[in-house]
Amino acid sequence: MADLTVRFAGISSTNPFWLASGPATNTMGQAMRAFDAGWGGVVWKTIGEPIVNTSSRYGAIDIANVKMMGFTNIELISDRPIDLNFREIAEVKKRYTRQLVIASLMVESKRKSWHEMVRRAHDAGADALELNFGCPHGMSERGMGSAVGQVPEYTEMITSWVKEVAKVPVIVKLTPNATDITRIAQAAERGGADAVSLINTINSLIGIDLETFTPRPDVGGKSSHGGYCGPAVKPIALHLVASVAKTLKIPISGIGGIGYWNDAAEHIAVGASTVQVCTAAMHYGFRIVEDMIDGLSQYMDAHGYRTIEDFRGRAVPNIEDWGDLDLNYKIVAEINHDLCIGCQLCYVACEDGAHQAIAPHNTSSNGKKNPRGFGVHVPQIIEEECVGCNLCALVCPVENCITMKRVDAGRESMSWKQRSQDNQACSPPMPSGD
Amino acid sequence: MHLREIASKLSAEQYEKNFSEIEPALPPRQAAIESARCLYCFDAPCTAACPTHIDVPAFIKKILTGNLQGSAREILSANILGHSCGRVCRTEVLCEGACVMLEKGEEAIEIGRLQRYAVDYALNNNIRLFQPLPSNGKCVACVGAGPASLACSAELAKWGYDVTIFDRKENPGGLNTYGIAGYKLRAADAIRETELVQQLGVKFRQRTEVGRDISFSQLEQQFDAIFIGVGLGETWSLDFPGEELGGVCGAIEFIEQTKIQPFEKVEVGRRVACIGAGNTAIDVVTAARRLGAEIVYMIYRRSELEMPAFAYEYELAKKDAVTFLWQTQPVRVLSSNGLVTGLECIRTELGPVDAKGRRTPLPVPGTEFTIEVDMVVRAVGQQPITEFLRGVKGLELNENGTVRINDHYQTSHPKYFAGGDCTNGGKEVVDAVAEGMAAARGLDTWLGSSRDGARNR
Repeated sequence: MADLTVRFAGISSTNPFWLASGPATNTMGQAMRAFDAGWGGVVWKTIGEPIVNTSSRYGAIDIANVKMMGFTNIELISDRPIDLNFREIAEVKKRYTRQLVIASLMVESKRKSWHEMVRRAHDAGADALELNFGCPHGMSERGMGSAVGQVPEYTEMITSWVKEVAKVPVIVKLTPNATDITRIAQAAERGGADAVSLINTINSLIGIDLETFTPRPDVGGKSSHGGYCGPAVKPIALHLVASVAKTLKIPISGIGGIGYWNDAAEHIAVGASTVQVCTAAMHYGFRIVEDMIDGLSQYMDAHGYRTIEDFRGRAVPNIEDWGDLDLNYKIVAEINHDLCIGCQLCYVACEDGAHQAIAPHNTSSNGKKNPRGFGVHVPQIIEEECVGCNLCALVCPVENCITMKRVDAGRESMSWKQRSQDNQACSPPMPSGD
Repeated sequence: MHLREIASKLSAEQYEKNFSEIEPALPPRQAAIESARCLYCFDAPCTAACPTHIDVPAFIKKILTGNLQGSAREILSANILGHSCGRVCRTEVLCEGACVMLEKGEEAIEIGRLQRYAVDYALNNNIRLFQPLPSNGKCVACVGAGPASLACSAELAKWGYDVTIFDRKENPGGLNTYGIAGYKLRAADAIRETELVQQLGVKFRQRTEVGRDISFSQLEQQFDAIFIGVGLGETWSLDFPGEELGGVCGAIEFIEQTKIQPFEKVEVGRRVACIGAGNTAIDVVTAARRLGAEIVYMIYRRSELEMPAFAYEYELAKKDAVTFLWQTQPVRVLSSNGLVTGLECIRTELGPVDAKGRRTPLPVPGTEFTIEVDMVVRAVGQQPITEFLRGVKGLELNENGTVRINDHYQTSHPKYFAGGDCTNGGKEVVDAVAEGMAAARGLDTWLGSSRDGARNR
């Protein structure tokens, strides 16, 4: 049976699933219900000088029948008194000893203010601190959140202030709204951070009401840019977690688009030790963690991974520069005649959107009939034209109907870098003023 | 109609419930969900399966994007009767039968209901979707106001023709208004749909019977061409004793009663026998049950396997608790004092396969039996209106009495074109629409192709 416990920057978590700092971790009641549901840790909604929020605050995009594919918020940090938050943390810690409460903190960029905040968090019994250098809206206008996290020097400086007094692990939460997140991550590491967490939300406008021309979420006819998250951001998060994993030695808590155990496993595969979830819990409630725990355990058992460490970061070495990829690896598409339903989406996608390597159905090509006796239009791959791009397999609505088969006949691998060396080509051209 | 025993009258609410639409309108959220299921197939099989070739993926995509007006235009430009077709088309054997989802092992996309959703939007909001071309100075008469004529006249009007429809009935719509079970299509909805044709400038002269109120030669003088879309006539008789009794009627005539007057006024027997097992027969037996008839028999010479009604229709009759008498042939109607009291039947066995590929029913002597009924409805198809059609000099008919046409829907009299049931012998609404439109193209070509202007717009 898989052991889901995780050692993370010196603290121990019963499982890698934490609730990320946000609306779902605002109160004692929520934290306790989350622990009862099975969450290993709760990153408390960011504590700082109480703010006043707007109404409304959230917006979402639905893709076809899937609600909240992408989600945005313009909500700020906790609007509750600092004292109340810490009292509640203390109360939760009294009742739940094995689960982690991580205090997310954000105060004005003054050494004294940070020292004071860290002290109060200690007093409350927080297991770790997470420094919110990522919030991209509202707080950044006040010189906090991503205003800090976008500047390596600020990140390093404030991290080091916190480390001067911190007695528990310090996690720096990184914003993706930076040109190169690894430079910010390195700055945090230099400042003495024990871990980083990423990604915070991505700056965004979720959409525009075309009747009123008000962006969403509507605050009395106006809106503001907000933090984008939800299933849609997972690919961005995976890339950034992997980049940071390649760069840093300190542990990572992965955040971004995690709704199921497999999303979490992917974050772990690119280097995260723990994962944090917010939007999915806001969508479905705390009980989603049940299958996260169960599903991840099943997966680990099936693959013989005893602990998270057994597969953590396993995908990282497989993430290479494009120039290192094998140009002689060749695949072509294959359509399973029996499974094909005749929508011909592969044909039109290839014809209009890719490489003109699929021939449409013609009446002589097959006599396949559907259950009511209507013809099924099975298209055909033109193998010599197929570049193996995957598009047809991606648009095909039937699982395993279009597969990519290998046809390179074992030719020796050859990367672009190798090829350009062979051709005596030099490094890629750089812009030049000459 | 004089009946020995009539069915007990129901409450007004009960009639409404019994004849409420079996396929209620899709609510917006459900329409969004259903339209999102559509794969947007290339060269879509549903479009190919539709006799009017409505671009189904295109109109469904427009529903998904909230472009309901564009969706309705997409539908109605291919089929001006998209409203009634969305309700009465046998979609299971047309667009939805061809849906790739079936091969995927899922339910077909509900194309009919989505179509209705889009067209209802245009009708309910009184949106004008088409702007006819300026007048081309030519005028056409359409005889009959059923689906074929409506489709033909709408096309011609769009291309700048001055079109007048002549129809003997009180209201336009033909069988849509008078001949389809009320729970599938209410007369009011069928009539409302004809407003789309009126909006295009087509003039309707209802209660005007050609051959009586206006002669064919008058039409020939006043119009450049004439389209005949008169459909079929009365139900075939069966030539068995007692057919002339008051309690015996034809299916179309019975259905019409349910469409033109309040349900409580429609006379229906307490026990009803319907002869025939086609889709119209289903309309009859279900209507009879819903009007309050206690026992309704459906009598068919062949077996369940040879039943001409679609599976979906058969299910309707089963749900309405109709009694099916398979391999049963009526012999004569029994009566007392001129009132129907029963139907004598005989069992059949199925003999050799006939020219149409169906086994011939042969009566089995000595198997006669009687059922007690108060009313008998013949649902054995409509006969062509040959007498009427012979009023056109030089108009040739086929052996079965339908109008003979060439590939351009032109009759043997060059000024006359024809389409719909009067040429095909009785098919679906959507077939009549497709033929009416094809006839419009044939007619336009013959008169000099005004539709080229529409193409270039």
